[in-house]
Amino acid sequence: MSLTSSEAPARTAPAGLRPTPKRRPDKTHLFFLLPTLAAFTLCIALPAVMGIFYSFTNSVGYGEWDFVGLANYELLFTDPAIMASFWFTLWFSAVTVIATNIVAFLLAVGLTAQIRARVPMRAIFVIPMVVSPIIIAFVFQFLFARTLPTAARAVGFGPLEDSILANPNLAWASIVIVTAWQAVPGAMLIYIAGLLAIPGDLYEASALDGAGPWKQMQMITIPLMASYIVINVILTFKNFLNAYDIIVGLTDGGPGTSTRSVAMTIFSGFETGDYAYQMATATIFFLITLAIAVVQMRLMRRKDQ
Amino acid sequence: MSSSSIDSIGTTRRIPTNRSKARLGKDKYNLPLTIVLAVCTLAVLVPLFVTVSMAFKTGAQAVEGKAFSLPQPLSIEGFVEAWKMTDFPVSFGLSVFVSAIAVAGAVLISSMAAYAIHANWGRKFFKFAFFYILAAMFLPFPVLALSQIKLSGLVGLDTPLGVGILHIMFMLGFNVLLLTTFLRGMPHELEEAARIDGASTWQTFWRVIFPVLSPMAATVGIFAFLFSWNDFMMPSMIISDPALQTLPVVNQLFQSQFSSNYHISFASYLMAMAPAIIVFVFTQRWVLSGVTQGAVKS
Repeated sequence: MSLTSSEAPARTAPAGLRPTPKRRPDKTHLFFLLPTLAAFTLCIALPAVMGIFYSFTNSVGYGEWDFVGLANYELLFTDPAIMASFWFTLWFSAVTVIATNIVAFLLAVGLTAQIRARVPMRAIFVIPMVVSPIIIAFVFQFLFARTLPTAARAVGFGPLEDSILANPNLAWASIVIVTAWQAVPGAMLIYIAGLLAIPGDLYEASALDGAGPWKQMQMITIPLMASYIVINVILTFKNFLNAYDIIVGLTDGGPGTSTRSVAMTIFSGFETGDYAYQMATATIFFLITLAIAVVQMRLMRRKDQ
Repeated sequence: MSSSSIDSIGTTRRIPTNRSKARLGKDKYNLPLTIVLAVCTLAVLVPLFVTVSMAFKTGAQAVEGKAFSLPQPLSIEGFVEAWKMTDFPVSFGLSVFVSAIAVAGAVLISSMAAYAIHANWGRKFFKFAFFYILAAMFLPFPVLALSQIKLSGLVGLDTPLGVGILHIMFMLGFNVLLLTTFLRGMPHELEEAARIDGASTWQTFWRVIFPVLSPMAATVGIFAFLFSWNDFMMPSMIISDPALQTLPVVNQLFQSQFSSNYHISFASYLMAMAPAIIVFVFTQRWVLSGVTQGAVKS
């Protein structure tokens, strides 16, 4: 602190008043940014470049390696295990996006209406956002594996008498439920902000014109909330693509490999020695994420205009 | 519109909208909707209730695996066992350590970087740095994991410290975006006044910029804590020594062994969840507003 404060004022004071691009940047500003930039490069940019680089080799994570061109990519697109994890992840994400946004939207509408105990209820609905995904997945695992079958047996409801976690055709549903459970609060808060931004006069005017609550929802609320719906759909989709913690806690990718996400497939490369191969998976995964980001920016820009 | 004119016969006597009801009188609550929402809160409360209830059971009662039976008698046996099995003071301490690094880094490093970028927005290099940092928002951990595991092992950062640093770096893009947007809304005169009084850049940052930034920095810090405290993916991949694992990872041990000692596992889950819920209760205001600000700016 003493170092910069003793000499800096004389030189930087005029620059602060009217910054001219040609003057050399303030040393303190460089000190604020450069170490962070260096650490960022080592932690994020370098691994990204490394990953793409090794995806064109046959490296097993250590020792010698050779370039193999696009061999990893060719193999990857015909590898049923990897393709299955991509399809599972995309499909699970799409289903969960729909479930999350419908529930979040309805809760937001409810919580902005004239109800009792609005503040405490809003706080309760936000709690899932702050609990550890893997821990709550362990809790739900108990509920799905023990409580649900017991309850189903008590009422004689066949399909649920065995744990859905052990059923390859139903295990995905448990992951959708828990992921949505956790993601609803974030989307809900964004919808609440959107609903509160709609001018109240619109509702009053439409009521005078004779519009009922359902008509108001169709003609006012949903059109004016369109941009918020777009934001939420993209944000939740981006998050769900990285699904890992909740799946580990519920099914650990099983039964078999029926609920294995892309993240789990990539991580397996470290144990199985498919290092370069899974780097190629990661690169493809990155391209998908990037494509979604591009769509996001397009839609956002349209919103701004 | 013909249908709506028919509807209007029924609706004219009704008080029109939710919001205007508030102005007309506070006693006009929508009771059925309140009841529906109250029932919906059970979806949140039941799993939490089951956790607490199971945690306070005796071993003999927990083995039955009944989610909705109340603890009879109340017992802290599960907590005592969980404390020993997870080496709680160590794993808790390590979780606190990782979260502290993530929070301090998120608040200080992001604020300083955001200020430097904001103050030099006219310079190409700083503008480039801004977009360079932002680009990382498109690089989720699974994409970088394999390289990061290798690199962190090479430089000896396959430790809680390494995870803390990675947490800072993964949040940097989003935080810098939030903070620079916030700084852009700050009146220029504040900084200029400090300059005229002869303050250095360093002093200007600490005495003028950072205090102005503090509400946003608080939001950034709370989200850093929640993210870091709850994270399982990064510590489980990066930390190589199982003895140095954080709380969420340590709780995995109940999956393989002792699977019917539910009172122990749920006591452990409760101890891992509680800090985040407690922090949330005290910082609700920032959490609720933070989500909205984040969405608007991202």
